[in-house]
Amino acid sequence: MSAVPLYRLAHARAGDKGNRLNIALIAHRAEDWPHLAAQVTEARVLAHFAHRGASAVRRHDLPGLGAFNFVIEDVLQGGVNGALNLDGHGKSLSFHLLALEVEPPAPG
Amino acid sequence: MAPDTLLRIGCGSGFSGDRIDAPGPVVDALIAAGGPAALMLEVLGERTLALAQRERLHRPEAGYEPALIDLLRPILARCVAHGIPIVTNGGAANPRGAAQAVLALGRELGLPALRIGVVEGDDIRGTDALDDLDPWEGDAGAVLEPARVIAANVYLGAAPIAEALRGGAQVVVTGRCSDPALALGPMLAHFGWSEDDWDRLAAGTMAGHLLECGSQITGGYFADPGVKDVPGMATLGFPIAEIGADGAVLITKPAGTGGVVDRRTVTEQLLYELHDPSAYLTPDVVLDITGVRITEEAPDRVRVAGARGRPRPERLKATVSLPGGWLGEGEISYAGPNARARAELAGRTLRERLRMLGLEAAARLDLIGVVSVFAGDDRVPAGTADVAPADLRLRLAVATETRAEAERAVREVLSLYCCGPAGGGGVRTRVVDRIRTLSFLVPRERLAPRVILLELEA
Repeated sequence: MSAVPLYRLAHARAGDKGNRLNIALIAHRAEDWPHLAAQVTEARVLAHFAHRGASAVRRHDLPGLGAFNFVIEDVLQGGVNGALNLDGHGKSLSFHLLALEVEPPAPG
Repeated sequence: MAPDTLLRIGCGSGFSGDRIDAPGPVVDALIAAGGPAALMLEVLGERTLALAQRERLHRPEAGYEPALIDLLRPILARCVAHGIPIVTNGGAANPRGAAQAVLALGRELGLPALRIGVVEGDDIRGTDALDDLDPWEGDAGAVLEPARVIAANVYLGAAPIAEALRGGAQVVVTGRCSDPALALGPMLAHFGWSEDDWDRLAAGTMAGHLLECGSQITGGYFADPGVKDVPGMATLGFPIAEIGADGAVLITKPAGTGGVVDRRTVTEQLLYELHDPSAYLTPDVVLDITGVRITEEAPDRVRVAGARGRPRPERLKATVSLPGGWLGEGEISYAGPNARARAELAGRTLRERLRMLGLEAAARLDLIGVVSVFAGDDRVPAGTADVAPADLRLRLAVATETRAEAERAVREVLSLYCCGPAGGGGVRTRVVDRIRTLSFLVPRERLAPRVILLELEA
């Protein structure tokens, strides 16, 4: 089956603290959570943000909320007070995560 | 007040740049509901406080949130008349100055009486607390040079706010405190929860966290046309939490306003700026949301249950602001046939000019319309090589030690008018000084939060 952007299966919101970014990833359909858990691994997210200098990714699982919280280190080039990026907060990066290509869930 | 009644807490502002007219409908809804209520106004960012501290150096009476009086003017008299206390961190670097300004507003509005509670003690410049700081884990290795400190503020908790409210304050003005404390303070004052009732403190802190960004839980920062549609974006209703004596939390918004409150908006905000969801550290409690359940009870009425609490941390977070050099930015547009190639030629030309000036190391170029915010300083994400929009904008950003270097660098963007590729237009440049912020941890016993009550004089 051909890959689909994560955007089709989930929504997201990013927040910053210093040089650390968190992205909450929330399944549109709660039943897709186990599929997303298998697809959107820490390693894949780290690779997806490698061009931004990400040094580590920690995924916190929240199955009761149909959600994950990704904490991504060193991705903000110093954070809002140091970055040269137009978006020093990294607020737009939730949509970079949603551009990640994943396998579609099995039809059910 | 009967402590078993529902307490409604509205949020009329979620950050320092929020809509000035947002509190009005929230206050109307709190009055219409009729029961005990409070209004919070969150207006203080990390950078805001440092700017306020710097402003105060020039004008000693300044240093509080400039928009605070504009936010309060339409609502202060109604809140006072209906016994709805207002709690705000708009005191910024000068809570007492803010209180004087609010008293002056009360006089201007003809209020017969007004009592303001001022919370102080968050500002630790010049105290021995500065000698006892450890870098926060996200800023490991940071070294503090006390002589360069512009601002140093500890995140205080809800207790001083509750104390001010118990003392009859109709407006409570704080400097830095945890954002959820703006909501938890009124809950402590109303319900009389004890300081170690961790699960209730956790529920109240969670409610404050859900409220603290204002419309971010009622459809703001959420809309994505065709995927997550939000009605009435121009008239978003700001949130109201209904809190029970047992710590029950329900999130809603004023009737007749735009926006939406549903499972999705609440989930996005619940996780906003959170790291470990089992240990959200606040001055009042360590909040664990891993067992939280979100239930839509009715349109725009969402129940949030299951917060758990553990004893509060022994050390509090402090934000320290230091001079951060200068940022220079310049932009120029290229459009029409071959626009990307002309913009890239302009970028290469800028690089070469900056190299000649010795400023290249701290420079970044963006092609706005091709790739900008997703890019690293020197690497772009895959898939942008073949993008060729017919209207795009080249942006230069430089970080420098001095203002003169930043101005020299952005002048090179201006020079592209005559010396650059064909058809460049719309140059804008800007040079601003920067403030660097670092986070540290301070032992609780080093701090001395205090509450002062000020009255309107006849």
